[in-house]
Amino acid sequence: MTGFREFAKWDSHRGITRGQFRTEWNGKGRQIVEARPVNGYNTGFTRAIRVDPRDRCGLMHIELRHIHKRFGPVHANNDINLTFGSGQIIGILGENGAGKSTLMKILSGFQAADSGEIWLDGSHVAYTGPEAAIQHGIGMLQQDPLDVAAFTVLENFVYGQPGRLLPDRKAAGQRLGELTRRFGFELDADAPIAQLTIGQRQQLEIVRLLALGVRTLILDEPTTGISAEQKTILFDALRTLASRDSMTVLLVSHKLEDVIALCNEVAVLRAGRVVGTRDMPATTGQLVTLMFGQEIKPQTRERADLSVAPVALELDSVTLRGKRVTVENFSLRVRAGEVIGLAGLDGSGQEMALRAAVGLEKPQNGRVLVDGEDITERGIERWLVKLQRSLRPSRSLIIPYLLVTLLRMLVAEQAGKAYRRFLQHGVAFGAAGRLEEGLVAGLTLTEHIAIATETQALVDWGRAARHTAAQMETYDVRGRPESQIETLSGGNQQRMLMALMPEQPVVMVLEQPTRGLDVDSARWIWQQLLSRQARGTAILFSSPELDELVAYSDRILVFYTGQVFEVPDARHTDADEIGHLIGGSFKEQNI
Amino acid sequence: MNEELLNILRSVVANATPLVIASLGETITERAGVVNLSLDGSIILSAMVGFVAALASNSPLVGILVAMLAGMIIALIIAVADIELKQDQIAIGFILTLLATDLATFAGQDYTRIPGPQILTTPLPVLKDVPVIGPIFFNQSILTYISYLLVFGVWFWLFRTRPGLAHRSVGERPETAFARGAKVNRLRYIYTAAGGALVGLAGAAYSLSVKPGWATPPNMQGDGWIALAIVIFGGWHPFRVVLGAYLFAGLRALSSAIQRSPDIQIPIVLLNAVPWLLMIFTLLLVSSGGIDRLVRVLPRPVQKWTRNFLRSDPPAALGTRFEPD
Repeated sequence: MTGFREFAKWDSHRGITRGQFRTEWNGKGRQIVEARPVNGYNTGFTRAIRVDPRDRCGLMHIELRHIHKRFGPVHANNDINLTFGSGQIIGILGENGAGKSTLMKILSGFQAADSGEIWLDGSHVAYTGPEAAIQHGIGMLQQDPLDVAAFTVLENFVYGQPGRLLPDRKAAGQRLGELTRRFGFELDADAPIAQLTIGQRQQLEIVRLLALGVRTLILDEPTTGISAEQKTILFDALRTLASRDSMTVLLVSHKLEDVIALCNEVAVLRAGRVVGTRDMPATTGQLVTLMFGQEIKPQTRERADLSVAPVALELDSVTLRGKRVTVENFSLRVRAGEVIGLAGLDGSGQEMALRAAVGLEKPQNGRVLVDGEDITERGIERWLVKLQRSLRPSRSLIIPYLLVTLLRMLVAEQAGKAYRRFLQHGVAFGAAGRLEEGLVAGLTLTEHIAIATETQALVDWGRAARHTAAQMETYDVRGRPESQIETLSGGNQQRMLMALMPEQPVVMVLEQPTRGLDVDSARWIWQQLLSRQARGTAILFSSPELDELVAYSDRILVFYTGQVFEVPDARHTDADEIGHLIGGSFKEQNI
Repeated sequence: MNEELLNILRSVVANATPLVIASLGETITERAGVVNLSLDGSIILSAMVGFVAALASNSPLVGILVAMLAGMIIALIIAVADIELKQDQIAIGFILTLLATDLATFAGQDYTRIPGPQILTTPLPVLKDVPVIGPIFFNQSILTYISYLLVFGVWFWLFRTRPGLAHRSVGERPETAFARGAKVNRLRYIYTAAGGALVGLAGAAYSLSVKPGWATPPNMQGDGWIALAIVIFGGWHPFRVVLGAYLFAGLRALSSAIQRSPDIQIPIVLLNAVPWLLMIFTLLLVSSGGIDRLVRVLPRPVQKWTRNFLRSDPPAALGTRFEPD
């Protein structure tokens, strides 16, 4: 190759230098024999520095040719052809199961394609794993960042970097510091990963990949589970990487607002195929049409006056003590047919409040009432308290008194697990971790239905099967009754979770009901929820999606380090206001 | 210091040596995500073959090497069963315990209660003259000195070197290790084998030094289980593991000292049970919320340090199988 190639070089003094250069083979490596910077800086390249053939000072050009990938009967990637240029932020859009994550895993070496080729800068590459892809300059940030929870930030940063037996901690620390400062990330080198938020772990993974010389950064749903502030920092960093460093940024997302905010180009996948590519800007409507083949109108709903409706669920000056935050004297009345949204960054206390409302978290004091009935304590516990009081006056009864006290402690220990009692009183719960808490991985759909509906010791499998078929029909669960739950897509898992919930509970408590779902599935879930709400079920939910909170809530409570603030006019608020509130701005305004 | 007390402490260190080596071996294995549950059987079998080999060749070194090989082979059976045959590590480990114990009893029946070569005490020059420490720690057999080196070596390997990062990550999160270019299953083979070799060395330390010779029933029976408990007690950290081993050996020495004294009348059965009961108690303390409660009463400046030292989270991927997709 004797022609000129483009280069873009970054250093801390001059920022980006662009231009063209020409190399020649000298028997050992490629030598730069001529460089023509176009924006005026002398790069020093003209002194013919020897460069490694893999040195990526050139702009990167990625070409995917005829990529196929099958998982059993599913054709996840069906003849995909795409090219990505440098300096671009490209959105890879598609609903859940469209094949976008699979494609990116193939590009980044986490999975092998069944057939098809990857061409980088005009040459065909075949790599054996993610590490090899990184050596070719392609790194991927997974949705759940691939780090080691037991390591410190610095250990994670060092791990995977080439070097001698003993890592140079000081040099690595400096490099880490440089990179984090450049992007305004906040990372303490000695902090254990287990104490970091997802947003911080992403930041670490990004600087780690950059330190390894990555020229193309792939991000899989990076805005799920991070705060609004972290999202701003992340987007700024990605813009810097694309514009100043001429890197290629591939953003896998189903969130249209992220793609609209960030990307110059989009490639849309549907059912394993590329159905369109286009330059941005584009409107939400246009992208939705590309993604689903039809336009979907945003949902609106009628909101009645509920101030006189009966109270379905009440938390009465509840105090909750968590590892990092304490929610003190929290009171909330959820009226029948009301939708209440809880906003807040991860770990601000809203998770604890939800769990207290379903009996999974025992309040230090205060009561939880369902339909006016106090169900915080079990009957036996109240009875023991009474017994204890009656025994106290007499000294001769000291031993029975101590025994009763001990019994009470044992019962109280168990009372934290009051979930079943709450359920019997009509409190239904949908956990954020669908496979961890809501469903049982390894069990089939039929078995799930059997657990929920069959009460005799011997399961009538025929009846359970009929029941399953009916529920799958009603809730539009796509799958087979005999397949294991974890093989279903996220959207179908959530539908199944809905199918398992009681038909008409007093109150539904939902943690992030649309977590990881695409627009279509999320809309469907909310249709189901609202139809129950219309029949008088109260809904209490938390969500990191501000738009979701604004769209569906009658009232919104914002949690900030355990303090609670109610948005004055939740029906007419917008995502921007909530975004500022969850960052703690209400502390300055009022209260 | 009292001559007798020094002697007792010296014997505590000597008796703890096999426990130290075995639990360090298990630490290495479990840090890579594999549970070698066969410790008790492995130690017994390797003690037997080590003794027989040393007897036949009249060289303790040959005995040691053969014992290490035996421990390594058993560990490799577990690794193969787990990685290649996709069998449960716990079940295989348990069966191997029973198998190895019976095999040792059967194959070693001609060698019971006969004298054989021993590894003798070699006081270290200069160091042995340091007051208190010298007579306790440096008037020992070569295997004990090796155990000291192993403690620091394992710690340094795990927490200071680059391969140590890979070693730990394989036991914590193999997906990450894979993404960083580590050969997960190959590393698991290597560290399971290395850990197994140390377990074999522990067996040799019994039959060639601490409890010389071979007997039926094996007189180190039960110590393998204790070594497994010590690894949990030690929070998979070499320094704490050693502490646990010395603590247990100390408790044992204490109970036998009480037995010998004529003034104290406590049933022997109860005394024998004391170290085990205390072990259960400390395990409960370490693995439940006990630590948090303990830490809270300490002065603030040492709280963080104490919590870090006492923290005991098992390797997150312990006992799981890794298959890249």
